[in-house]
Amino acid sequence: MTGSLSAVGYGLAAIGPGIGVGIIFASYIQSTARQPESGRITLPFVWIGFAVVEALALFGIAFGFVFGA
Amino acid sequence: MHSLVIVPARDDLPFPPTVEEFFPPALVDGTYPWLTKFTLLVWIAVGLLIVFFLVAYRNPKMVPSRGQWMAESIYGFSRENIAKEMIGHEGVKFAPYFTTLFCFILLTNLFSIIPGIQISPSAHIAIPVMLAVISYVMFNYVGIRRHGFGKYMKLSLVPPAPWFIQPILIPIEFFSTFIVRPVTLSVRLFANMFAGHMILLVFSLGGFALLGANSWFIKPISLLSWALAIALTFLEALVIVLQAYVFVVLTSSYVSGALAEEH
Repeated sequence: MTGSLSAVGYGLAAIGPGIGVGIIFASYIQSTARQPESGRITLPFVWIGFAVVEALALFGIAFGFVFGA
Repeated sequence: MHSLVIVPARDDLPFPPTVEEFFPPALVDGTYPWLTKFTLLVWIAVGLLIVFFLVAYRNPKMVPSRGQWMAESIYGFSRENIAKEMIGHEGVKFAPYFTTLFCFILLTNLFSIIPGIQISPSAHIAIPVMLAVISYVMFNYVGIRRHGFGKYMKLSLVPPAPWFIQPILIPIEFFSTFIVRPVTLSVRLFANMFAGHMILLVFSLGGFALLGANSWFIKPISLLSWALAIALTFLEALVIVLQAYVFVVLTSSYVSGALAEEH
């Protein structure tokens, strides 16, 4: 069997951001269900939070190639 | 029967795809870094945007034509939903920059799913880095001009906390504001486009690899692989719009942070 362990490493590294992004959208859905008129106000913060958390997963992809070579 | 289907020979199939895919050769011999697919696409994107907005606003009417309506709604979106919402009333003066940034990123990203082009210039780190540097210089310049250098540094580096905790907090704030921000801004766009292109390559080339397999039980799985490639193209379309939006929203949030009076 051949291949690179960095693929496994990336899979492990993506767990954290996966949970984080899930929490962000869950909180948004919950807050909008409780107070529907706040949906538009909180939406930009949802995307900012999503982007900040997602960056961690994307670092995994980039560094997997940078340091894997 | 076999010869009816054009299948690349197994040995010259570039599977699994490597990073080499992101370094296309020069279009004309001897012009390597200056005239590749990426530079050509960037020039095309810039030209298309200039022509589109000039044509759309050449003859403005009260009842807009379709082109004028499109241009106005893109500008209106950046102005009302991004600039005003994130920065407040004085954000209007940044709306032209946000519109340009949004349109440029959206268009260059769109190249990654247009058949025949299939790769985005943003999948090369140089272009997101340049865009992030522009945003970085802009939000720092705006903040320094508003508060003066000393006060801007104090506002962005010294959080309201007891004095004995400051030696820990100030390096963290410096690291997060002046180093992490531009790096994440560029790496986010780059890695999204890079990963998107890589995933599409894996599934479309993987289909050929499965079709070229020796066993007849494995060959039909290539259809599944291509179906996934098509489905992931739609996911990629979502990511494209989202990343253009996120880049602009984060830039505007940094600008609003630089302009804010309190920490």
